Amino acid sequence: MTPAKIIAMPSLPPTGTTPSRRGLSAAQLPLALTVLLFAAMAAYGSFAYEGFFSAQVFLNLLIDNAFLAIVAVGMTFVILSGGIDLSVGSVIALTTMVLATLVERHGWTAAGAIPAVLVLGTLFGAFQGLLIQRFRLQPFIVTLAGMFLARGLCYLISIDSISIGNEGFSELAQQRFELWEGASLSIGALIALVVVAIGIYLAHGTAFGRTVYAIGGNEQSALLMGLPVARTTVLVYALSGFCSALAGVVFAFYMLSGYGLHAMGLELDTIAAVVIGGTLLTGGVGYVAGTLFGVLILGVIQTLISFDGTLSSWWTRIVIGALLFAFCLLQRLFEAGRGRAPP
Amino acid sequence: MMKKLMAHRLFWPLVTLLLMLAVNASFNPGFWQLRWRDGHLYGSVIDILNRAAPLAIVSLGMTLVIATRGIDISVGAVVAISAAVAAWMIGGQLVMQDGVQVYASRFPMGLALACALGVALLAGLWNGLLVAGVGIQPIIATLILMVAGRGIAQLVTEGQIITVYYPPFFFIGGGFLFGLPFSLFIVGALWLALQQALSRTALGLFIQAIGVNPAAARMAGVRQRLITVCVYGFCGLAAGVAGLLLSSNVKSADGNNAGLLMELDAILAVTLGGTLLTGGRFSLAGSVIGALVIQTLTSTIYSIGVPPEVNLVVKAAVVFVVMLLQSPEFRRQAHALVFRAAPGAAA
Repeated sequence: MTPAKIIAMPSLPPTGTTPSRRGLSAAQLPLALTVLLFAAMAAYGSFAYEGFFSAQVFLNLLIDNAFLAIVAVGMTFVILSGGIDLSVGSVIALTTMVLATLVERHGWTAAGAIPAVLVLGTLFGAFQGLLIQRFRLQPFIVTLAGMFLARGLCYLISIDSISIGNEGFSELAQQRFELWEGASLSIGALIALVVVAIGIYLAHGTAFGRTVYAIGGNEQSALLMGLPVARTTVLVYALSGFCSALAGVVFAFYMLSGYGLHAMGLELDTIAAVVIGGTLLTGGVGYVAGTLFGVLILGVIQTLISFDGTLSSWWTRIVIGALLFAFCLLQRLFEAGRGRAPP
Repeated sequence: MMKKLMAHRLFWPLVTLLLMLAVNASFNPGFWQLRWRDGHLYGSVIDILNRAAPLAIVSLGMTLVIATRGIDISVGAVVAISAAVAAWMIGGQLVMQDGVQVYASRFPMGLALACALGVALLAGLWNGLLVAGVGIQPIIATLILMVAGRGIAQLVTEGQIITVYYPPFFFIGGGFLFGLPFSLFIVGALWLALQQALSRTALGLFIQAIGVNPAAARMAGVRQRLITVCVYGFCGLAAGVAGLLLSSNVKSADGNNAGLLMELDAILAVTLGGTLLTGGRFSLAGSVIGALVIQTLTSTIYSIGVPPEVNLVVKAAVVFVVMLLQSPEFRRQAHALVFRAAPGAAA
C-alpha cells in the first residue's frame, strides 16, 4: 500500500475489537446462544402447534430460506472482513431479471444462462470491491450506490414481472430429492447446504479465510504482516456478488419469475441473520456455521408466526428487529468485557 | 475572483442544480413560467419546490447525523410510522352537525400531530441511545429500527392503507400560504431555526468537532454523547415532519410504502450538498440544494420522456461520481493522471 497508510497506523492500544485468545470464548458464546435459541424455538413450536414437529417442516425451513442462506454466507465473509454489502438484495433481483430475459426472450438454455449470470454477479461484486479498496471509499456507501444501480438496471430491462416457463428450467426448479419417506429437499436447499459447507472450508481451512479474519481484526496489522489485503478485500466483495447471483438463481427456481421488486429489503434480513449467527459487526470474529443457524432462526420465526395464525405477518419484522437489537447489545457487552481486561 | 467563487463549498452543488434546471428548461419551454390562479402560484418550479420539501427536511436531519460521523438509515421507516400515527389518529368520518355534514377527526388534530412527532422524536432518541449510549455502529443501530419500524407502521395501520377524510389536515402538505405552498414555509422555518441554533451557539462547532474526532472532542469537554443523542433525536423529528407532509399531501398513510428508499435519497442529497461522509464538514444549505437537485432530476427524467425507472440508474451514477470526487485517493490518482489539467475539478 501507499506509505501514507502506514504512517496513519494508530499506535494506540487495541480498543477491544482485536480478537485475542480471550476473544475466542466471546466468539463462541453468541454462537452457542444462537443454537440454543433455535432449539428452544423449535421445541416451543413442537409443543405448541400440532404438526410442527415433522421432518418436512424443518426441511422446509431450508427450502424456503435457501437463497437467504446462500447470500448470508457471502455476507458473513464481508462482515468478517469489517465491511458491509447492502447491494445483495438488488443483485438477486437483477439476477432473476437477467436470467428470465435470457431464457424467455433470447432463447438461451438454463445451462448457458446460469453461468452467465453468476459471472455477472461476481463482476458486479468485484467492481464494488475495487472501488472500496482502491479509493478507500466506505463500503456502505459504495454498496448503497450498487443497490441503486442493480435495481435501476432491473427496471431498465423491464418494469413488469417476467415469468419463466422454460421447460428445462422449471424441471430443474421442481426437482425434489427424497431423503426418506415423505421428506424431500429442493435443488435450491441442496445448493445452500453445499455453499455453507464450502463457506466453512473457505473460512477455516484456507489462507484466504485466515486473511479475511486478519483484515477484520486489524487491517493495519494484516498489512504489516504482509498479507494480500488489497486482493483479499476485492475477492471478498466478489465472493459476496457471486453468492448473491447464486442466491438469485435459487430465488428464480423458487419464484419461477424475474422481477425488479424481488428480494426487496433482503440485505437487512441477511445482515440480521449474520449478526444473530454470532458474527461481530466490527469484523474478525464469527463463524459461517453460525450464519446458517441465524438464517434458520429467521425461518423458524416466520414458521411460528404462520403456524400461530392469529399474528399478522408484520410481526415477523418486529421480532427480527428485536432479536437484532438483543444480539447487538450482547456483542457490545462482550466487547466491553474484553475492553476492561488488561491488555 | 473566479477561483474564490469556485472554492466556495456551495459552488458545485449550485452548479449541478443550475445545470439540471437548464436541461429541464431546454426540454420544457414553459418550465420557468409561473401562473397566478385562485390566489396561488402555479408552475413547474413551484411544483419541484413543493415535492422536494419532505426530502429537504429529512436531509437537514441527516446532515447533522452525518456530520457527527454517523448515518441514519431508519428515516424512511420513521416517515412511515409518523404518517401512520397521524393518519390513524385523525382518520375522519362524516358526521351531522346542526344539520350540516362535516368531517370530524378521531382525536383533535393538534394532539394527533403532536403524537406523530412525539413518536418520531422517540424513534430518533432510541437510535441516538443505541449509538452514543450502547456504542453500536450507527448503520447497524439504525438498521434495527429500519427493519422493525416498517413492522410498527404496519401494526398501526393494521396492514391497510389508511385514507384520511379531514380537510384541515390536508393544508400541511397541500395548502397555500401567501400564494406559496405551505410546505415551503415549514422547510424555511426549520432551516432558519437550525441555522440559528448552530451558528449563534457553539452547537455547530461541537457537532463538527465530534465528526472530526469523537475521542478528542470528548477529551476537550464536549458532551459528545448528549449531543449525539440530540442529533439523532432531531433527525427522527425531521423524518416525522416529512411523514406528516407526505401523508397530508397524498391524504393517506401506507405503512409499507411511505418513505420507501427515502434514507437513500436523503444520504444522496447530503453528499451532493458537499457534506463529507467521513464527518466533520457539513452544510445545511448544501443539503437543501441537494434535495432540490434530486427532485429536479426526477422531473427532468419525466419531462425528457425517458421511463422513470432510469431514475435509479442515474442516481447511482451520480452517487458513484460524487463519491469518487470526495475520495482523496481518487483525486490524487486523477490529478497525477491529468497533471494539473483541471485544477478546479477536485474542489
